[in-house]
Amino acid sequence: MATFIRPIPALEPRTEAFWKACRAGRLEFTRCIPCNHFIHPSRPICPKCRGRNLDVAPVSGRARLHSYTVNHQRWYPGQEVPYVIGLVELIEQTNLRLMTNVINCPIERVQIGMPLRVVFENVSDEVALPLFEPEAHA
Amino acid sequence: MSEPLERRAIISGVAQSAIGRRLFRDDLDLTCEAALAAIADAGLKPDNIDGIAAYPGPIQGGPGFAGPGIYEVQDALGIDVRWHVSGLEGPAQISPIIHATLAVAAGLCRHALVYRTVTEASAAADTGRRGIGAGSLEISGFAAFFIPFGAMSAANWLALYARRHMHEFGTKKEHLGAIALTGRKHAAFNPKAVYREPMTMDDYLNARLVSEPFGLYDCDAPVDGSTAVVVSSADTARDLPHPAVRFNAVGTAMHKRPLWDQWEDITTMAARDAAAHMWSRTDLTPQDVDTVQLYDGFSFLTLAWLEALGFCRRGESGPFVEGGRRIQLGGELPLNTWGGQLSGGRLHGFGFVAEAVRQLRGECGQRQVPNCEVAVVGVGGGPVAGCLLLTR
Repeated sequence: MATFIRPIPALEPRTEAFWKACRAGRLEFTRCIPCNHFIHPSRPICPKCRGRNLDVAPVSGRARLHSYTVNHQRWYPGQEVPYVIGLVELIEQTNLRLMTNVINCPIERVQIGMPLRVVFENVSDEVALPLFEPEAHA
Repeated sequence: MSEPLERRAIISGVAQSAIGRRLFRDDLDLTCEAALAAIADAGLKPDNIDGIAAYPGPIQGGPGFAGPGIYEVQDALGIDVRWHVSGLEGPAQISPIIHATLAVAAGLCRHALVYRTVTEASAAADTGRRGIGAGSLEISGFAAFFIPFGAMSAANWLALYARRHMHEFGTKKEHLGAIALTGRKHAAFNPKAVYREPMTMDDYLNARLVSEPFGLYDCDAPVDGSTAVVVSSADTARDLPHPAVRFNAVGTAMHKRPLWDQWEDITTMAARDAAAHMWSRTDLTPQDVDTVQLYDGFSFLTLAWLEALGFCRRGESGPFVEGGRRIQLGGELPLNTWGGQLSGGRLHGFGFVAEAVRQLRGECGQRQVPNCEVAVVGVGGGPVAGCLLLTR
C-alpha cells in the first residue's frame, strides 16, 4: 500500500517570499504602492497602473468563503478523504483569492459566505500552507 | 466589417480511429489511423496534405494526455508541409483548427491535417486515474497554489464554479444531471460511444461522489482515440466527395484574468468572451442554430456554455435544461448528439467538432438532426475557451 505524501510548493523566485512568510506566520502579498492593490500570484508589475513601484504587505488573514467543494476522490493511494477545498476571498480586496482547505469545521457546517481566518500548517522548514478555519472557532 | 478570414476555410474531411477504454495501442498508430481516414474522407491523398497542426504538442502532461507531436506524425506519414504548429496555450483544444483556418486563408498551405489524440484510459490502466501532481514531492508553477491543498484535478477546480452557480442562481444537481442523461441517451445511437447503456436520474444521483457537487457521471470518461480533420481552402469545396462544412465565425477572445482561482466571476467561464466574440463576427444568431456540441469535461461546463452563447440568460441554464426535453434529439436545441465526453468519451474537444461536421453533412443516421444547417461547437472550461460557428 502506497503512502500518500502531500506534495508541497516548490520555492521559486516569484513565490518564495509568499511561502516563507507563511512559514513565519504571516500572510503577505505583493502590493502596488500607488494603487494599494494586492497582486496575487506575484508579478513584477501592477496590472492596473502598469507601475513598478511594488512592495510586499501583510493582510489580516480574514476572509470569506467564496465557494467550496467536498472532495471524496482519492487522487493517490492512501490519501485521506473527504476534505473541504475552499476558494476564499480575503477581506482586503474583492477577488483576492486563495484556494485552500477549510479545517476545524464539521463538513455540514461549511457554507458560502462564512467568515474565516487563516491558520498556518508547516509542511517543511521553509514552507507553510495557509489554511482557513471558521472565525468563530475557539 | 470585411468578411471574416475564417470563411475562406472549410472542413473537407473528418475521421476517428478506434475509440475505447484501454485499447493498449500506440498513440502514433491511432493518429495515423485517424489521419489517413480523414484524408481519404476529404477525397485527398497524403501527398496533398501541406499543413499539420495539433493540440497540445509533446508537452509533459498526465499519462496519455499529450499524444504524438506534429513532427512524429509528419515523419510517420512521410509528408512535406508548408505550415505547421502545435501548442497548449490558445483558444482551447480547438486552437489548432482555428490556426489552420487562417493558414489556409493566408495561402500558407492548402490542406491542413489537424488532430487530437489521447490514450488516457490505457495509460491509467495500472494505477487508476490519479490526481495532477500525485506522487510528486514538490509542485511548481500555478499548480503550487492548488495541488498542496488536495485540489489535484480540474474536477475540484470546476466544482468550485458549479457550487457558486448553485449558490447564486439556485441551480440544482438535477440540472447537472440533465446534461449527463442527455449525453447518455444520445450515446445509444452512436456505435463509437464508450457508455451506451441507459441511465436514469436515480442512477445519476446515487453515483459515488467525486468532488461535490460532481459525482461519477458529472466527470468525463478517459478513453483512447484519435480524431482528425482536414481544414482546406474554400476554393476546393466543389471538388469534395462530401458537402463542405464552412467556418462562418470563430470565437477566440479572452478577457480578465485567465487563472482558475482568480477568474473574477466563477459562475461564468472564458466561454463568455469567446462566444460574444464569435457572434460579433457573424449575422447569424442563436435562433439560427440547429444543434450545439458543447464541452462537457464536467457537466457544469455545458451549462456555462449555454449561457455564454446566449441560448438562455445568465444564471438560467438550469431551468433551460430541466427535464432534458429541450436539449434532446427532437427538442429545439439538440445537444451533444454523439454522447458528449461524458458518455462518448474524453476525446478532448475534437469529438464535438467531428459530430458537428457529421450533423451538417447529414451522416448521423438515427441521431441525425433534421435539416441541420448551422452548428455551434464550444470547447474548454474555466479560463480556457474557443468556439466555432459551422454551416453547411
